[in-house]
Amino acid sequence: MEKSNHYDAIVVGAGPAGLTAGIYLSRGRLRTLILNEGTVGGQMVLTHEIANYPGVESISGYQLATIMKKQALSFGCEIKSNITIGKIDLSDEIKSVTLGDGTSYSADTLILTPGGRSRTLGVAGENKFKGRGVSYCATCDGDFFTDKEIVVIGGGNSALEEAVSLTKYASKVTIIHQFDHFQAFDHAIKEAQMNPKIEFIMESTVAGFNGNESLESVDIRNLKTGKTYNYRTDGAFVFIGYIPNTEFVADKIETNQWGEIIVKADMSTSLGGVFAAGDSIAKRYRQVTTAVGDATVAALAATNYIHEKRAKKEHLATV
Amino acid sequence: MLYTNLNHIETAADHSKIISENENVMVICGRMGPMCIPVYGIAEELESEYGHVKFFDMEFDNPESHVIRSLPEVRGFMGIPFTIYYKNGKVVKATSSIQTKEQVKAILDSEFAAKVNA
Ligand SMILES: Cc1cc2nc3c(=O)[nH]c(=O)nc-3n(C[C@H](O)[C@H](O)[C@H](O)COP(=O)(O)OP(=O)(O)OC[C@H]3O[C@@H](n4cnc5c(N)ncnc54)[C@H](O)[C@@H]3O)c2cc1C
Repeated sequence: MEKSNHYDAIVVGAGPAGLTAGIYLSRGRLRTLILNEGTVGGQMVLTHEIANYPGVESISGYQLATIMKKQALSFGCEIKSNITIGKIDLSDEIKSVTLGDGTSYSADTLILTPGGRSRTLGVAGENKFKGRGVSYCATCDGDFFTDKEIVVIGGGNSALEEAVSLTKYASKVTIIHQFDHFQAFDHAIKEAQMNPKIEFIMESTVAGFNGNESLESVDIRNLKTGKTYNYRTDGAFVFIGYIPNTEFVADKIETNQWGEIIVKADMSTSLGGVFAAGDSIAKRYRQVTTAVGDATVAALAATNYIHEKRAKKEHLATV
Repeated sequence: MLYTNLNHIETAADHSKIISENENVMVICGRMGPMCIPVYGIAEELESEYGHVKFFDMEFDNPESHVIRSLPEVRGFMGIPFTIYYKNGKVVKATSSIQTKEQVKAILDSEFAAKVNA
């Protein structure tokens, strides 16, 4: 028998928030589909070790994601990953999503859990030299730069901490930051400042990446003088923060100035029947535990929404 | 140790046997990190769709992976995984660092001809 493309609930995103929503919804006997653009696990798989998820002393993000996925599947949840979303309609009572390949799905309720991603600079040469000198992961690629001179772009905790960790390999690390001060914890700033291999270029940004086979130099723009100059380097690590993956719904639901989805205490959004959870919502602390917590609330509220909607319909049918 | 669902290549001898005995082979040489895991995931998903391609992974830190790390095609690569596409034992394409499913499919479609079930 051909399966219907209508579900009780659709969850968009399969990071810890989406997988938790999937577990709760399908365990509550709601037919649930999770649609995910990237790898199941989301940002969790970026984490080599998670040591602060209660009940599990230490686990890799990949393993935790694999367990959460297995749990969701065991309750009957369906997961489609590595898809792209072409069109999403949230305003009607029935929510619908059309994938890049043209397949459409609909549902009575929808939970948005698209999380966030690393910000890229978006300047000339960045894509061309990705994997050829431009990197976003110190633990992955640091050893390619043994005894080489590299730059780290950014001024937050990750930039400073990763710059220090890269001194294990590189002979010199130059941190390029757009402001005259860092937005990081004091201890991270001190550790970087005290490291003899680290130098700083402040109030400056990288405007382009150059080279032939691999990266050979960056164009540095001094933001005070407006002057751009060429700076020789073997590698560039970019750590300039995270942005929520909400562009695909930004004109449909209420978001704040950073594009984060605004939710009420029950994780409902500005649209009836649409809930949101995890890193993509407006909140202060972004962790696996908080994503899992929000998603539990969102899934239970969505379940309640469906039951109330159906009870109302049944009531109307009997009067 | 790579804990993926792909078949693993452990030795240089295995590698040479695999690429000589199979027409179309994709080998992802990486670690269990954020740039590599998505590529393994994509390969796992494409295995059934691309029945005429054999998908493997190989641990970057296994010394035997010199068969990949010393290829002329990976000169200038400074981001894992190194993903190598072989046709009849010859390298036809190599990529460095994370790739999207569309990028991988575009290579499989152009280098390894039509899908068997197409
Ligand atoms: C390097 C690093 C280390 C970290 N370490 C820890 C730690 O030790 N402990 C801890 O608790 N937290 C840690 N975090 C934070 C934690 O990973 C996040 O808070 C958590 O993953 C957020 O979960 P999420 O489900 O909201 O979003 P995500 O994990 O971002 O998952 C969202 C998913 O949605 C998908 N998606 C995006 N857009 C769409 C779309 N349009 N359609 C469909 N799918 C879409 C994405 O591909 C992704 O798979 C770390 C984060 C990073 C980056």
